[in-house]
Amino acid sequence: MKLDSMYQEIILDHYRNPHGRGLRDPFEAEVHHVNPTCGDEVTVRVHLSGGEGLDAKVEDLSYDALGCSISQAATSVAHDLLVGHTVGEAFETLEAYQAMVQSRGKVEPDEDVLDDAVAFAGVAAYPARVKCALLGWLAFKDAVAQAQASQAQTGGTA
Amino acid sequence: MTALASAPAGATLDVAKIRADFPILSRTVRDDKPLVYLDSGATSQRPRQVLDAERTFLETSNAAVHRGAHALSEEATDAYESARERIAAFVGADVDEVVFTKNATEAINLVAYGMSNASIGDGVDASAERFRLGPGDEIVTTEMEHHANLVPWQELCRRTGATLRWFSVTKDGRLDLENDPITERTKVVAFTHQSNVLGTVPPVEELVRRARAVGAYTVLDACQSVPHAPVDLHALGVDFAAFSGHKMLGPSGIGVLYGRRELLEALPPFLTGGSMIEMVRMEGSTYAPPPARFEAGVPMTSQAIGLGAAVDYLNVIGMDAVKAHENELTAATLLKLQDLPGVTILGPRSTEARGGAVAFEIEGIHPHDASQVLDDSGIAVRVGHHCAWPLHRAFGVQSSIRASFHVYNTLEEVDALVAGVRRAQEFFGVAP
Repeated sequence: MKLDSMYQEIILDHYRNPHGRGLRDPFEAEVHHVNPTCGDEVTVRVHLSGGEGLDAKVEDLSYDALGCSISQAATSVAHDLLVGHTVGEAFETLEAYQAMVQSRGKVEPDEDVLDDAVAFAGVAAYPARVKCALLGWLAFKDAVAQAQASQAQTGGTA
Repeated sequence: MTALASAPAGATLDVAKIRADFPILSRTVRDDKPLVYLDSGATSQRPRQVLDAERTFLETSNAAVHRGAHALSEEATDAYESARERIAAFVGADVDEVVFTKNATEAINLVAYGMSNASIGDGVDASAERFRLGPGDEIVTTEMEHHANLVPWQELCRRTGATLRWFSVTKDGRLDLENDPITERTKVVAFTHQSNVLGTVPPVEELVRRARAVGAYTVLDACQSVPHAPVDLHALGVDFAAFSGHKMLGPSGIGVLYGRRELLEALPPFLTGGSMIEMVRMEGSTYAPPPARFEAGVPMTSQAIGLGAAVDYLNVIGMDAVKAHENELTAATLLKLQDLPGVTILGPRSTEARGGAVAFEIEGIHPHDASQVLDDSGIAVRVGHHCAWPLHRAFGVQSSIRASFHVYNTLEEVDALVAGVRRAQEFFGVAP
C-alpha cells in the first residue's frame, strides 16, 4: 500500500521523537518559513564556524516547527544529516534529497548520501506533500545563505 | 424572507438520478476506490448539462460578444445576455445589476478598487464622491471571512488611510454581535453569508440594519450560500454581493458581482479598455453604463453560458430541495463526528443557522496526515486553513479538515467519511 510507503516507521519515529528540536544559541541567522497552503511553519537557526562559503562547517541546525508528520520528521532528519558537515557537503545532501522528493519516483535515491532521508522517497508519489518534506530543508538553505551574506557584509567570521 | 429560506417539508430529490448527470462521480481513485467527493466548498463538480451547454455554444455560435454584426456575433451575444438574465433571476436581482467577473475574488476587488478610484477623485462624475474614503473612515469586516473578503479591504484601507475593524467570532463559531465595531465612522460593512469553514450563517438582516443605520454600504460574500440555498438579494437588502460559478455546478473562470443599480451607476470602473467605453478620444474617454462599464475586454463567454445552464439545472431540482438535502447530510455528519472520541468540530454543532461545511480536528493527528489516510480511502476533503487563516487563529488551531457537500452527496458518503476518520486514528495509533 502506498500509504505505508510514505509513512514509514522511521518517519513516524522522527515525528514522535524529533532530533535536535528547539532553538539554540549561538546562531548567525534565523529564518521563518511557512507553507501558505496549509499554514505549517518552521523557524530554523544555523550556527556556522571556520572557513568561508562551502568550506564553513555547520555546527548546529536548531529549529522550532508546527506542522504535519512529514514536515516535522523531515526537519528532524535534516538536523541529523547536515550538522557536523561542511556547507558544501550539506548542500550536496540537500540537492540529492530535493531531487528525490521532487522526482515523482523517477530518481533512485542513493542511501550512502541520504541515509535515513531515503525514507522520504515515498513522498515523491504525492506531489501535494513535497512542500511538507522540503519546508525545513529549504529553510536551512536560506538560513545558511543569510548567515554567509551577513558575514560577507561585516567582513567577520564566526 | 429570511436570509436563507427554509425548505418546505417533504422536499426530496433523487440523488441517484442526479449523480448519473456527473460523469466524474463514477470514477475511482487510489487503486480503484470509489471517489467520495466531499470538497464542493472548494469547487463543485459539473453535470453533463453544463458541459454540453458550453460545448454546444462553442460548436454552433461562438463569437466575440457585443461587437460585430454577423450572425454568430448576434447569437453569441443573445446567449451571453440570456445567461445574465437567468442568473439575475436566480438570485433575485435585476439583469443590469449583474456584472460578470472572472471569479468572486475579482468581484470583491472590483468594488474595492472602484471605491479606491473614487477616493483619489477618479470617478465617472460627481456621484462617485459617495464612495470616497480617507483617514478617519472605517471599514468593518469579520474574523470569519475568507481571505477574498478580507485582504481587498486591508488593501483599500492601506491605500486610502481608512481603518479596518472587525466582528470577532465567539467560541461556538458565531459572530460576536455584542461587541459591535460599526459606528458613525463606518463606510463599508463586508461579511460572509455563510462561513466557508464553520458553515455559520450570520444574521444578514441584522447586519444590514446596523450598516444602514450609519449609512454604510454592505458587501456580502455569497460564495457559500447561493450554490446551496434559495437567495434573494433584493429581499436581503445588501448593496453588493459576490459569488462564483465553480462552486454552484458551473464553470471556473466566471464569477458574479451584484450591485444595486444606483450604486453601480455611481461606482468608477476598475478594469478599463474595450467594451466598457461609451466614447473614446485621444484626450480622454467616457464610459458605458453598468454592467458593461465593469466588463472590459472580450468576456468569458462559454463560461457565462455554462453558468446559465448550471442555474437552469439547480432550478429544475429546486433550491429548497437542495437546501433540505444538504441539511440532512450536515445533520448526519455533525451527529456522527461528535460521537467519535478524539474528534472536535469547529463551529456550530447543530444545523441551526448553519450550512453544509463541517470543519473538524482529530486529536493527535495533523490535518494533512489525516487527509492522506482519507485520500487513500478515496475520500476528497479539504485540509489547511481554507483561506481563512485569521479564523483558525481565533480558534487557536493551525489548520483543520473540512468536509463540504453539494446536491450529489449521499448519507453513505458521510458514513465513508466517519469510517475514514476511524481508519486515520488507527493508522496513527491514536484511536481512543
